[in-house]
Amino acid sequence: MIVAILRRVVTMALTLLVISALVFFIIKLPPGDYLTNRIMELRASGEAGSVAKAELLIRQYGLDRPVWQQYLMWVGLMPGPVGFSGLLQGDWGWSFEYDKPVADVVGDALWLTLLINLTAVVFVHVVAIPAAIYSATHRHTFGDAVVTLLGYVGLAVPGFLLALILLFYANRWFDLSIGGLYDSALTNQPWTWPKIRSLLAHLVVPTLVIGLGGTAAMIRRMRANLLDELAKPYTVTARAKGLPPMRALLKYPFRMSLNPFVADIGNLLPHLVSGSVLVSLVLSLPTVGPLLLDALRSQDQFMAGFILMFVAGLTLIGMLISDLILVWLDPRIRMGER
Amino acid sequence: MSPLLSIRDLAVAFRTETGPFEALHGLSLDVMRGRTLALVGESGSGKSVTAQAIMGILPKSAAITRGQILFRDGPEATDIARLDTEGSAMRAIRGQRIAMIFQEPMTCLSPLHTVGDQIGEALRIHTGADRKESDARTQEALARVGFPDPKRALKTYPFELSGGLRQRAMIAMALILKPALLVADEPTTALDVTTQAQILALLARLQDETGMAILLITHDLGVVANIAHDVAVLYRGRLVEAGPRETVMRAPGHAYLKALLHAVPRFDMAPGERLTPIRPARAEIPPAHQPPAMPAGPLLRVENVSKSYTLRAGRFWQKSRMVHAVSDVSLSLAAGETLGLVGESGSGKTTVSKMVMRALDPDSGKILFDDGTGPRDVHGLTGDALFAYRRTVQFVFQDPYASLDPRMTVRQILSEPMEIHGAPAAERKARCRELMAMVGLEASGLGRYPHAFSGGQRQRIGIARALAPRPRLLVLDEPVSALDVSVQAQILNLLKDLQAALGLSYLIVSHNLAVIDYMADTISVMCRGRIVEEAPRAALFRRPVHPYTRALLAAVPDPSLDHPLDFAAITGDQNDPSRWEAPYRLGPDEAGAMRAIEPGHRVRFSTAQDAEAA
Repeated sequence: MIVAILRRVVTMALTLLVISALVFFIIKLPPGDYLTNRIMELRASGEAGSVAKAELLIRQYGLDRPVWQQYLMWVGLMPGPVGFSGLLQGDWGWSFEYDKPVADVVGDALWLTLLINLTAVVFVHVVAIPAAIYSATHRHTFGDAVVTLLGYVGLAVPGFLLALILLFYANRWFDLSIGGLYDSALTNQPWTWPKIRSLLAHLVVPTLVIGLGGTAAMIRRMRANLLDELAKPYTVTARAKGLPPMRALLKYPFRMSLNPFVADIGNLLPHLVSGSVLVSLVLSLPTVGPLLLDALRSQDQFMAGFILMFVAGLTLIGMLISDLILVWLDPRIRMGER
Repeated sequence: MSPLLSIRDLAVAFRTETGPFEALHGLSLDVMRGRTLALVGESGSGKSVTAQAIMGILPKSAAITRGQILFRDGPEATDIARLDTEGSAMRAIRGQRIAMIFQEPMTCLSPLHTVGDQIGEALRIHTGADRKESDARTQEALARVGFPDPKRALKTYPFELSGGLRQRAMIAMALILKPALLVADEPTTALDVTTQAQILALLARLQDETGMAILLITHDLGVVANIAHDVAVLYRGRLVEAGPRETVMRAPGHAYLKALLHAVPRFDMAPGERLTPIRPARAEIPPAHQPPAMPAGPLLRVENVSKSYTLRAGRFWQKSRMVHAVSDVSLSLAAGETLGLVGESGSGKTTVSKMVMRALDPDSGKILFDDGTGPRDVHGLTGDALFAYRRTVQFVFQDPYASLDPRMTVRQILSEPMEIHGAPAAERKARCRELMAMVGLEASGLGRYPHAFSGGQRQRIGIARALAPRPRLLVLDEPVSALDVSVQAQILNLLKDLQAALGLSYLIVSHNLAVIDYMADTISVMCRGRIVEEAPRAALFRRPVHPYTRALLAAVPDPSLDHPLDFAAITGDQNDPSRWEAPYRLGPDEAGAMRAIEPGHRVRFSTAQDAEAA
């Protein structure tokens, strides 16, 4: 088992390396980069002083060297002008657009992104699982139809529209400030109780908006899975033993129907970052989605590269977690592993 | 003696889209204490519905519309038909006083929970026992049903067990609370004959020990003749015959039971005797276009073929294990004849058939096919020659439900093999109609989807599909074992008629000895990847020589009351070569050798004595 995990970790590291190469070269594919574009702009407007600073940056980050050397320096496999300083050493690079280290730009946004989206994921599961169980056990009843209808409404309403409507009413009824994750007055304050409370209040709308679409899809899939499992003979066996219906349901068919969802965790984590860009823009949430979009547009290469690597890392970690849970959950996989 | 369970005027109706459908029309019967009542009938006769009504586990679309199910467990009778199926009174009976075992021991156990957990669960919910107590009692129960290592079995998962052990686990689960009544729904249908005999013996022994009553649902009259005390025959939701086994089986009064007795292959059939299907089916088979070229020798020759698989190592310091699925198998099939391959599950018979199909490559040995142009090695074929071979050998699958694409119409299903082999559209169209007539189906069915057909009809479609590209050889893998008794005879007769009219050769693989006996001209018996006995049909099952063949035959339950199974003789180690009697006994790595004991009748003997003598 431990051997298997170690083997997986090694494969993951290799995969990350391959991804990093792909990410870097794809970002470098369009001609030029942020700095050369900037220099051209500055020359045109005749600001010679700034040009010198930009050229300094070019040399500092080795942007005048061949692409493969830039890549190795970015990863940290080759010494740059200031020695080994790349992703492996924990230096995430410099954001030219913000003129700050990437770590400073992304910092809070990273954790807030995870917070918002994990809340949404929890919301999806807490709502979808009971709804799906109800829907599957009361198939073709009025209740099933209502759950299904609500689910489809959630699926069909565009997220940004729902976001705007909810923002409007939250502001009107609960006097919540529009946009952001906390009151703008608290932006540069330390994390104290009023700020946390403000954060929690502001989390409600994004959670609902991001979660509702996923909830509908999950209810439908879970319902279908459960219906398949409910028809299986071992469910009948459980009833024939005299198990109360809900206990029988949760112990046997429900547990069987979980597998595909656990297998999905790997896809869930990266989706957390990239899936809610539009909603984040509309709600002006300080998450990494909009940052990634800007960075890609302005060819801010280290910023874009880091966010993409972060997403890739999340995917691989998600896959590992889902595989480990599957092994723990399903003896058939566990026995096959050995 | 008073009956333990009395069903009176029971009616069960299903809600369907076309209105209510009554599956049981006023059934009355009694299950006596300590006795076994066999409920016999084809699928759709209402026997499973009866069991579900007793257990209170009818599907949601079904309901008891009238009648009583009186269960006399205590001093007073309880009417199960009146109880709320999910209420506490019913749940106290279900699993505790009335328990049930099912047909498919694999799918009836959850693969995610240990055997010990699932068996002890009934104990925990009904008596409130804790884990420790339930584990101890479960271990006892496992020992009672014959688990070799009950303590270890607690922690095993169902997929680690063989079919027979799984069914034993199911029985342990049903009997752990010593119920008054056991409902057994086709408990041995999915098992090998030898395993079936062991499970039947086990049920009889447990009944002696505990005095429980058994309601046995089955379509196999051989099983009925061997363990039932009383028999009730259901036909279309009505009881047509009931009484003690002796009366019912010796002098069947009702035409249906008589018909049922003649619809299954038996060993005492006269040569050339045909089965009489319960509902006759007509098929119009046109003569073959031109008689196919006849090979000089056999059509198919399998020569010393072996195939082994490497299992992944258990732990990384262990060596990987080799499993010899097929060892040194030789077979020969003449044009227009049928070769039967018989053996228990895991004996390698399916692997052989897959190698003939060229779905698997043998590790060593040759498979030669001769369509009249001289024998050619099947596994050396490439390009056009391989393409042509694919056309001449076709497969009929066991499960007619899973082997037809539900999203294709019958016309598409039948046309596809012809399209692949390049038949023009007009010819395909005509051929589809011809094929439907050949298998006794209406041409109007061509535009419909498989779900519109019954199991027997689907198997006919499967046969028609196999015949579409005009093959020479059909590989039949358990062609009737998934079908109801009432249609098995139809399918077997159809296959015989097709063979006579079209000059087809069949390789038929089955664990059902009576089916093989009815169909085959020559029979090879396989055990652990080796052929242990081969002979013409007339010799093999009449004068079996090898201990394995004899054990298989001894385990087949006969519908006649004069040939009861000898349960004591069935030990379960018939497939262990080191337990075979003297001239046949094989050492751990010994292959033995086939020797002719009469023309065409060859048996595997040990060669150890020869080595000593030499």
